[in-house]
Amino acid sequence: MTLVSTMLPIDVVLGVIVYWLLLGLAGLLLQNGRFITQFIFPAGALGALVLAAAALSGLGGAVNVTVLQLGLPDLPFHLRMDSLSSFFVLLLGSASVGISLYSAGYFRAMEGGTLGLLCFEYHVFLASMVMVLLSDDAYMFMVAWETMALSSYFLVATDHHVPDIRKAGYLYLLVAHIGAIAILLSFGVMQGGHGIGAYTFDAMRGAHLSTFWSSIAFLLALLGFGAKAGVLPMHVWLPEAYPAAPSPVSALLSGVLLKTAIYGILRVTFDLLETHQWWWGMIALALGLITAVFGVMFAAVQGDMKRLLAYSSIENAGLLLAGIGLTIIFHVYGKDALAALSLTATLYHCLNHAFFKSLLFIGTGSILHATGERNMGRLGGLIRKMPWAAALMLVGVLSISGLPPFNGFVSEWLLLQAFLLSPGLPNNYINMLIPVAAAVIALAAALAAYVMVKFYGIIFLGQHREKALEHAHDAGIWERIGLTWLAIGCVALGLAPVFVVQQLDQVTRVLIGHGLGNAAAGWLFLAPVDIERASYSPVIFLLAVVGVMLATTLMVRHFYHGRLRRGPAWDCGFPAQNARMQDTAEGFGQPIRRIFEPFFKIESELPSAFDTHPRYHGRSDDRIWFALYLPIKRITEKLSSLVSLLQHGRIHLYLAYTFVTLIVLLIFV
Amino acid sequence: MDNPEQILAILFQLTQLMLVVLLAPLLTGWVNQCQAWLQNRSGAGILQPYRVLHKLFLKDAVMAYNASWLFNVTPYIVFGCMWLAAAIIPIIAVDLPFSQAADVIALVGVFALARVFIALAAMDIGTSFGTMGARREMLVSFLAEPALLMVLFTSSMISHSTQLPRIVEALAHHEFVLYPSLAFAALAFLIVLLAENARIPVDNPGTHLELTMIHEAMILEYSARHLALIEWASSLKLFAYISIGIALFFPHGIVEVGNWAGLPLAIFLLLLKLLTAGAGLAVLESLMAKMRIFRAPEFLGTAFLLAVLGLLIHFLLGA
Repeated sequence: MTLVSTMLPIDVVLGVIVYWLLLGLAGLLLQNGRFITQFIFPAGALGALVLAAAALSGLGGAVNVTVLQLGLPDLPFHLRMDSLSSFFVLLLGSASVGISLYSAGYFRAMEGGTLGLLCFEYHVFLASMVMVLLSDDAYMFMVAWETMALSSYFLVATDHHVPDIRKAGYLYLLVAHIGAIAILLSFGVMQGGHGIGAYTFDAMRGAHLSTFWSSIAFLLALLGFGAKAGVLPMHVWLPEAYPAAPSPVSALLSGVLLKTAIYGILRVTFDLLETHQWWWGMIALALGLITAVFGVMFAAVQGDMKRLLAYSSIENAGLLLAGIGLTIIFHVYGKDALAALSLTATLYHCLNHAFFKSLLFIGTGSILHATGERNMGRLGGLIRKMPWAAALMLVGVLSISGLPPFNGFVSEWLLLQAFLLSPGLPNNYINMLIPVAAAVIALAAALAAYVMVKFYGIIFLGQHREKALEHAHDAGIWERIGLTWLAIGCVALGLAPVFVVQQLDQVTRVLIGHGLGNAAAGWLFLAPVDIERASYSPVIFLLAVVGVMLATTLMVRHFYHGRLRRGPAWDCGFPAQNARMQDTAEGFGQPIRRIFEPFFKIESELPSAFDTHPRYHGRSDDRIWFALYLPIKRITEKLSSLVSLLQHGRIHLYLAYTFVTLIVLLIFV
Repeated sequence: MDNPEQILAILFQLTQLMLVVLLAPLLTGWVNQCQAWLQNRSGAGILQPYRVLHKLFLKDAVMAYNASWLFNVTPYIVFGCMWLAAAIIPIIAVDLPFSQAADVIALVGVFALARVFIALAAMDIGTSFGTMGARREMLVSFLAEPALLMVLFTSSMISHSTQLPRIVEALAHHEFVLYPSLAFAALAFLIVLLAENARIPVDNPGTHLELTMIHEAMILEYSARHLALIEWASSLKLFAYISIGIALFFPHGIVEVGNWAGLPLAIFLLLLKLLTAGAGLAVLESLMAKMRIFRAPEFLGTAFLLAVLGLLIHFLLGA
């Protein structure tokens, strides 16, 4: 008992890391598929639950610091768990409980295969993400960050015998390393050339950088962490790697890994750098908004359900970055109450996204298992075959569309409140740009609803588009438990915003020295500034909607009747209907493709009126890939072919090179 | 709850809740009657919507063989959402207790919730018209919703609150000061109102069996009580939108809770405003032709730009 009470949250968290690594090793060594799915993954979920509980208690507590005697001789691993780390550990723990439970069911199909290896990589990935969040020096941060990148690369490339997946994995690894270099350089700038001891975050906090160097550090961090989050123009890997990975891994990538990037930006900006510039905020805001609209626009035209969710993750990363940008702007101008509001909205959205996007990603895994199909154009009508998955994913769909009383709405509401309170900044240009930014956010949110209606409607509703779907089966018991956990999270985060905001206050107080408090001082109403100004109560809202619905049902039954007959669909009396007459995924996205035509690189092939075998083919590609990445690739290829002119593989030629070099050096030195 | 003022406010809220649900079809009837007069028909009378609802409730509901539970619950959800939306807009009196639970952003959220459900239900049977309607509805709304949000933002910037009662209070007590930002907002709001209520020129509420329909295409498979609830919800939605318009742009004459003396005048003014708005809507619809579906995004894009312009003007001029 005394042992437990004297244990600090950081000790518990370290314990869970070790426990996860041991579980991974056990899976790797035992190679027993049944044991891994039935025992190791649920045990991992238990660890995640403990992690979340420790983080929740660490959120309000004192800062925990530990030094591990590992790492470089002069630079042991420094660990620190403050409320920012605690919050993200909490996010990681609570979301991965559901994902690990789900994995216990999902990976049963792999029993007997390379499941042991996958189990090892999975738990190393989880542990390394926690290490990233705990790091208190640049060296340990980079080690953990790279472990995270590598373990997730191996997870993405699980089905490496498929060439496309190998390609996706390579692209991921490439962008991850460009990002890592930028982060490393950013740390290099922040330590300011003060020797190896200055690589601890503590030294960086007191480094007193000039405006120029701190701006460089910020921009490098934005680039590096932005690459992980999928911020434009470093987003190209997400729509390739997320769909390539097994579904629980996609859920971890989008739900949790993306948040470590947000954590990195927050850590560098608000903790390590002491001064801020307003234009940093403008850059982050603009980049975030562009990313958000880009992501949701591309999500609308996707035909592959996991690609659609990947683009939607890009959108959400954009929204998060926009929230951070807004926070920086308010913070620079000393409006800390507003900065606290927009930071709270950002953090809240991180948590929400972790839940609803993980829910949707693992849900696609169940669909994939049931049908073997990722292309939405071959699905349809699954609500009748998979009632559990359909009902639980509906919660995720409503949450991500930002509808009350679910969780997505709360963070959207908070963010819009922050925009609404913005007037009065001393800079007129910003004052004018901020309402435009609010308009863009509203547009992205409305488009997200379009995307989600498409996603859910095409997959679950309507008639089966393929005969094979008749034999689709519902999610298994472990899968249901995982889905339910995340769905409950979505509902709870939507219904208890006051509690969540109180917890988030601990983080905003540390980062910008101001909390939101609750003006209403009650558990029922969320009122970030003043109850006269704005308030929202999801519980009352839900009770009212349910009450009105029940009253209506009872009254209709009482005054009239509840008789119901079944008959064939009417469809305006049109006699010959078949499943092919429903919208496909392409059809549903067509208006968006048409309205935003200049943004897409469209390739389509329409049949002529006289074709006996009409074929339609359409593709919408990302212009950035062609305008930015392919030229870089071509230049790289050219350069390397120039270099290869020197390489002939003959030993005497290389000896000649060495000789010439020696002569040249002798002449000059 | 021991505070008599609070009890009174709750009473007011409940009264309004019952009033809107009972009177909303009357407004629809009035608009239809005005249209009939404009088209030189005698019309079915303003009580016709009630007769239609009664007839529909009496019938046996028929659902397609493959309809799921989502199809079955959607009419109730849509009806509930619209009822609540109409109930939180201050029309006769400000200080409605429920509006603390849901402000203007939540109001937009309520509309969105109803819309997403009805679009999903439209896709549930898997008919060609249903999915087409759902797609078009979402197309119209993804531009109309942010425009509506911007309109509401402009007024909440003026009143420093996102709660409708506070907004109305602030706007009502500025005696006829014309806000330039609100002029743009009003224009944008009018377009949104037409689009969101399936009115000409975006959609045509009187159409069937046409490739141009949006709202009607979505509810094609509904019958009997389900259809009645959806029709009723549409009436409530029109009522709610017109009430928002009145509350934001012509709030004068509204009373606070407990002001019994001002109540008759408030009710009279409200009726006058509603009658004028309904007649105006009928005139507008009679004057315009329905536009092609791909002109609709341009039309709504205009609304969005106007609304953003209104907000910008507020920032520039502070009014």
